[in-house]
Amino acid sequence: MPTIVVEVMPKAELLDPQGKAVAGALHRLGKNEFTGVRIGKRFELTVEGEVTEATLAEVRALADDMFSNQVIEDVVKIYVAEDAVVAPAGA
Amino acid sequence: MRIGVITFPGSLDDRDAQRAVRMAGAEPVALWHGDHDLQNVDAIVLPGGFSYGDYLRAGAIASHAPIMSEVIDAAERGVPVLGICNGFQMLTEAHLLPGGLIRNDHGSFIRRDQTIVVENADTAWTTDFEQGEEIVIPLKNAEGGFIASQTELDRLEGEGRVVFRYSGINPNGSLRDIAGITNERGNVVGLMPHPEHAIEAGFGPDTTLAMRSGIDGLRFFTSAIRALQTV
Repeated sequence: MPTIVVEVMPKAELLDPQGKAVAGALHRLGKNEFTGVRIGKRFELTVEGEVTEATLAEVRALADDMFSNQVIEDVVKIYVAEDAVVAPAGA
Repeated sequence: MRIGVITFPGSLDDRDAQRAVRMAGAEPVALWHGDHDLQNVDAIVLPGGFSYGDYLRAGAIASHAPIMSEVIDAAERGVPVLGICNGFQMLTEAHLLPGGLIRNDHGSFIRRDQTIVVENADTAWTTDFEQGEEIVIPLKNAEGGFIASQTELDRLEGEGRVVFRYSGINPNGSLRDIAGITNERGNVVGLMPHPEHAIEAGFGPDTTLAMRSGIDGLRFFTSAIRALQTV
C-alpha cells in the first residue's frame, strides 16, 4: 500500500518551545556538539492502489489547509515513500 | 436574548460559559459541534478546554467541525462571537481571526489570576469596559503564545484590533503582550484568559476588597447583551 509522507516544521523564525526544551536536555547531558534542536511533524497517509496526480494534489491542499497552519508552520516536504525503509539503529 | 455555547469533544468550560450567560441576564443555549444548527441564537461562545486533546494543533480539528460552517457564516453576518482560550485557538484556525497560538515560551502550563488591559472598548464584547481599564480574570493554558507576522501585528495595532494586552507579566510569550484580538468588524473577539471564571463573588479572582470577589468577566457577557439590544 503506497504511503504519502507530509513533513511540517514550525517556521524557522519562530520560537520552537519543544525543540528548545530538548536542546536544554542535550546540553545538560553534556552533548554540546548539538547547537540546536527543532521538532516538526510527519504525516503518513496510506492509500489503496496507486498514487495519482489527483491524489497528490489533494494531499498538497490538505497539507496547506489542515496538516499545517501557515501562520506558524511550513510544509517542508511531500513525497511518496519508498517501500524499502531503512530501519533506525536498534530496531 | 439567547446566547449559544458550543460543546466540542474535550470542551471543559462550556457549562461555566452557560452559567456566565445566565448570570449576565441572557438565556444560554447549548449547541453541539456535530450539528449544522445554531438554533437562531443571537450570539455565540466557543468555550475553553482541550478539544480533541489538542491533537494536530490546539483547536485545529474542532475548527473543521460541522457547526463551524454556520459559525463562520454567522460571524460574517455580524453575529457576536467570543472565543475563549481553546475557542480563541479555533477562531484563528478557522481564519476568523488572524495569527496563531503556540506553546508557551517557558514550556509549561500556567494558571494564574491575570491582569489585562482593555485596549478596545468598542467591540461587541467589551462595551461595558472603559478604554484602558485594567481587569483581572483567570488564565490557564499551555498553548497561549500569540504570534503573527510583524506586518500582521502592525496592522492589528494600527487598526485598534488588539482588544486585550497582558499587564504586569506576559504569562506565555505572546508577541507584543497580546492577550486578545478582534476582527475588522469588531463582532468576533478571541482571548486566552477566561472571563467565564470571574462572574460570581465567591468564585472569582481575589480583589483588594475580598478574597475571590472578582467578577470582571461578567461584563464581557453584559456587553454582548447590550450590543444586541442596540442593534
